[in-house]
Amino acid sequence: MSKFKNKKKGDMPAISTASLPDIVFMLLFFFMVATVMRDNTLMVKNELPNADQVEKLSKDRTTFIYAGRPSEGFKKFGTEARIQINDAFVGVEAVQLAVTEARVALREELQDKFVVALKVDKEANSGLVSDIKQELREINALKVMYVTTVKNPNE
Amino acid sequence: MAKRSAPEVNAGSMADIAFLLLIFFLVTTTIEKDKGILRSLPPIEPPNEDEVIIKQKNLFVVLIGRNDDLLVEDERMQLKDLRKAAIEFLDNGGDVDNEGNPCDYCQGKKDPASSDHPDKAIISLQHDRETSYGKYIEVQNELVAAYNFLRNREAQRLYGNEYPGEDEVYFAMLAEKEKNQFKRNEELEERIAKIKVMFPMKLSEAEPKS
Repeated sequence: MSKFKNKKKGDMPAISTASLPDIVFMLLFFFMVATVMRDNTLMVKNELPNADQVEKLSKDRTTFIYAGRPSEGFKKFGTEARIQINDAFVGVEAVQLAVTEARVALREELQDKFVVALKVDKEANSGLVSDIKQELREINALKVMYVTTVKNPNE
Repeated sequence: MAKRSAPEVNAGSMADIAFLLLIFFLVTTTIEKDKGILRSLPPIEPPNEDEVIIKQKNLFVVLIGRNDDLLVEDERMQLKDLRKAAIEFLDNGGDVDNEGNPCDYCQGKKDPASSDHPDKAIISLQHDRETSYGKYIEVQNELVAAYNFLRNREAQRLYGNEYPGEDEVYFAMLAEKEKNQFKRNEELEERIAKIKVMFPMKLSEAEPKS
């Protein structure tokens, strides 16, 4: 009997945390592989519309155009919906230059599959979107994707 | 010289460093999840070209007003009825296409007052400048859904037995193409092209009026 009692005399041994770094590194590598760097800071309100007839976006051949009302903190740019490309508010006339630049920077075999993704707030006027589309037609960037959130068909 | 063993490096803070890196990556990166409606814009026509005359009956006009109300073929309509109306219009097949072939796969009413052939049927989406973008996408979504419904139906009829248990055969075919994108499958691509020809997506987005 006393043999067993003796063992219980000491405190609980400390849990070894030696493998904690390994676990955290594993998580780190997972996130490094599965995610991409956020490439621009959103300066506009960007609540995307809903749709269910969607296709996936291939990011390697895409450039993004954002539009919407300037968010909190950028109120000095007004309350009307505006266009954001890269990290700046631009006018409609700057769309052509920016998109052409992005297209030229692509790999050659992807240039004719070039897609412009429009991330537009759902409260924005669609007249603004039409203006962007007209600019895109003029430089022959004809593939556009209206980026949306995916609606659950059961709703 | 006295031989001394090198003191062991304390690795206790390794976890902290790793956590720091982990949190940095969590904050600065996003997980890929962008999806959307892919559309092709019409190229700009040379100005001197003659206007193609489209018969009124081959044109399905969808108008979104500035208060987000819907006017389809001069009648008010709820959004939920739009898909059905568009399918009926596209699937009508009342007459022949440009080569004089009747639409033998259409299952519509063959109404002579509606579209002649899916190849000729055009949906024209017009909107006001002040229409909200959300509404515009909702309508666009319904119209694309009408085309997808018909394409799925034809795919089901032609190749359905090769995709047992699939409700949406056309989507299944597209998914298969996506999966084997590095291994071209001529037959599959031919089939997808054939279905696209049966119901070509002629969805015109005119510039807004006023």
